Amino acid sequence: MDEYRYDYQTVKGFIYSSIFWGVVGILIGLWISIQMWHPNANLPPYFTFGRLRVVHTNGLAFGLGVGAIFGIFYYITMRLCRRPLLFPKLARFQLYLFNAAIALSALSLLAGYTQSLEYAELEWPFDIGVVILWVMFAVNIFGTILKRKEEQMYISLWYIIATVIAVAVLYIINNLSIPAGLLKSYHLFAGVNSANVQWWYGHNAVGFVFTTPILAMFYYFLPKSTGLPIYSHRLSIIAFWSLVFAYLWTGAHHLVYTPLPDWIQTLGIVFTMFLIAPSWGSVVNGYYTVGQDWDKAKNSYLTKFFILGITFYGLQTVQGPTQGLRIVSQLIHYTDWVPGHVHMGTMGWVTMTVAASIYYIIPKIYNTEIYSVKIANTHFWLVLIGQLIFSITMWITGIQQGALQKAVNPDGSLKYTMVEIIAKNYPFWEMRTLGGLIFAIGMLFFVYNIYMTARKARA
Amino acid sequence: MAGLHDKLHKNPILFAILATVVVLIGTIVTMLYPMLRPEMHPKLENLKPYTALQLAGRDIYQREGCFYCHTQTVRPLKTEVMRYGEYSKAGEFAYDHPFLWGSKRTGPDLARIGGKYPDAWHYRHLENPRAFFKESNMPSYAFLKERKLDPQEVERHMKALGFPYTKEEIEALKDKTEMDALVAYLQVIGTAVKKKEEAIEAKVMEEKNPLVGDKEAIKRGKELFEKNCMVCHGDDGKGGIGPSLQDNVWLGKEGDISDGKLFSIISDGTQAGMPPFGKQIDKNGIWSIVSYIRTLQKK
Repeated sequence: MDEYRYDYQTVKGFIYSSIFWGVVGILIGLWISIQMWHPNANLPPYFTFGRLRVVHTNGLAFGLGVGAIFGIFYYITMRLCRRPLLFPKLARFQLYLFNAAIALSALSLLAGYTQSLEYAELEWPFDIGVVILWVMFAVNIFGTILKRKEEQMYISLWYIIATVIAVAVLYIINNLSIPAGLLKSYHLFAGVNSANVQWWYGHNAVGFVFTTPILAMFYYFLPKSTGLPIYSHRLSIIAFWSLVFAYLWTGAHHLVYTPLPDWIQTLGIVFTMFLIAPSWGSVVNGYYTVGQDWDKAKNSYLTKFFILGITFYGLQTVQGPTQGLRIVSQLIHYTDWVPGHVHMGTMGWVTMTVAASIYYIIPKIYNTEIYSVKIANTHFWLVLIGQLIFSITMWITGIQQGALQKAVNPDGSLKYTMVEIIAKNYPFWEMRTLGGLIFAIGMLFFVYNIYMTARKARA
Repeated sequence: MAGLHDKLHKNPILFAILATVVVLIGTIVTMLYPMLRPEMHPKLENLKPYTALQLAGRDIYQREGCFYCHTQTVRPLKTEVMRYGEYSKAGEFAYDHPFLWGSKRTGPDLARIGGKYPDAWHYRHLENPRAFFKESNMPSYAFLKERKLDPQEVERHMKALGFPYTKEEIEALKDKTEMDALVAYLQVIGTAVKKKEEAIEAKVMEEKNPLVGDKEAIKRGKELFEKNCMVCHGDDGKGGIGPSLQDNVWLGKEGDISDGKLFSIISDGTQAGMPPFGKQIDKNGIWSIVSYIRTLQKK
């Protein structure tokens, strides 16, 4: 089968890099979760919450997320095109540049160089670096697809193409800025308009970094690890096009009740509700895929990762649109509910699916079996429990924050000062750290398992 | 449909073009088209570009990631307006590159912080937030006091944004600290929207204090005082950022201040920097504080 040489070294390089940045990002996440209830864990000037939070989010979105996307997409693309990458050296160079860029970006953020746009904080020289990386990636992906040896493009390739295009459009437009120094710039857009561009970008960063790429992985690795074909091809077509169409309309649900014109808010909310349909298209397709022959599906230890992952995706895509509704938004927006929501997606859906994909790829590359299914199962249960503690705690405290901020005395005056409300959060914030800690331990089991698999294969 | 898609997924170029078009439709309708409309570029009449010092402060606000815990939009919701003041208007943000509305309110919203407290309050609070609020989880920003501004850098930033400035203004920055700049920025946030004026010229409450000398009320007044007033007026009202409440000068100049006047000052605030508490503390609560303050004065 291997008469042609796949570029597995580069795939491995990206996967190991993404795991490394993932561990760094998770540890910083633990640190900032402690800062929430133990303010002395802030070490000004470089290690305050305000500077570390952005290293946490960027480290995981770009280091873990995009690193995994690069590596796993190259793997999937080569397999589905039945040929090696068109430009293997370029991919190799991209790997080095990627790690250098992530390391320097993290340092620049700690030093306080930021555009203050969520998920687009990196200053303009780094933006140029990101665009160069993405162009290198796009050239290799499209080149390889154009020269493919398999006529049909499988579902995963559709999602890969959409991801490459959409991220380019989003990233370039939102990062347009007025340079004011080597590491300082101002958003080209101002005020309400700046907000609208940013959240058009911000929500679609979720859409095209945490959704479409992960679906590409899901559609490839679920059938691969269970031996069952995707249940409905037609459903996957409808879900794909309606998802990539509707996503771009929804950014304004981040700006409900702000001075953004009402019609844009309402349009955003309507499309957000619609988004339930294509999201659940993939959820249903996933369920029915394993439902075709459960006895067969349950033989693979990876099935539970994918099914729990897609379940959290399903919950996420119902909870998210619900939050967009004005009646819900007024209560939970700006509260800890939202980090609870985000972390169900990232810890439940994204990390679960990415880890399962890596569990599939690494033994394949080394032509061996996973080091320990038992450790993988332990990993699974720990990250599941950790994530549930995290999210549920944050939902409760979020509702509490919203309700206390609204609470009034019988004569109509406000019942609580802001600091009284903060004081009531402490037990929940401590609980969140516990959840995060359990999750982090689960991830260390994962890292150990991958490391031992590689070591076993090399021995 | 399936027939078209059969063709599509054998032709990556066609597929990529179609995907681009599909992605661009929502982009154009919700992002590019609004940008062309005047409703996205409103400006309040008395909104001014940031001064050099204020912009330097805004840069620091950005650098320290303040907006990760503090929003800058008051939503048009009843209790939110009670807590913070007028809801945010689109025309307030014309000079904000980028907007700093934030997405999380770990601490309070800051859209109406400008002018709410005296400068001295901010200096002390930024230096040690827990000296004011024991339960606050905000980091200390004392290091800002040690750092001087770089006037050339600020000038470059002013130029990039095209904000007007004078040579003297830039010159004057060299003696300023980052803390000075941040406080200057905080004090200008949201000030383009006029505060409701009627409240400020303190109307004297006509009623008599119904709780004079009431032991329970004095106890409650003390609790409320410690929670809301002590940070500025000191332990037992001996003074601090705000004036001493035991001081005969403060009391004596125009004769004693009546209970009704005291009520109005607490309820409505003053232009000298006392924030209004009328929307946070109920009427009996304010009378209780007045009763408590009266016990201080008798010392």
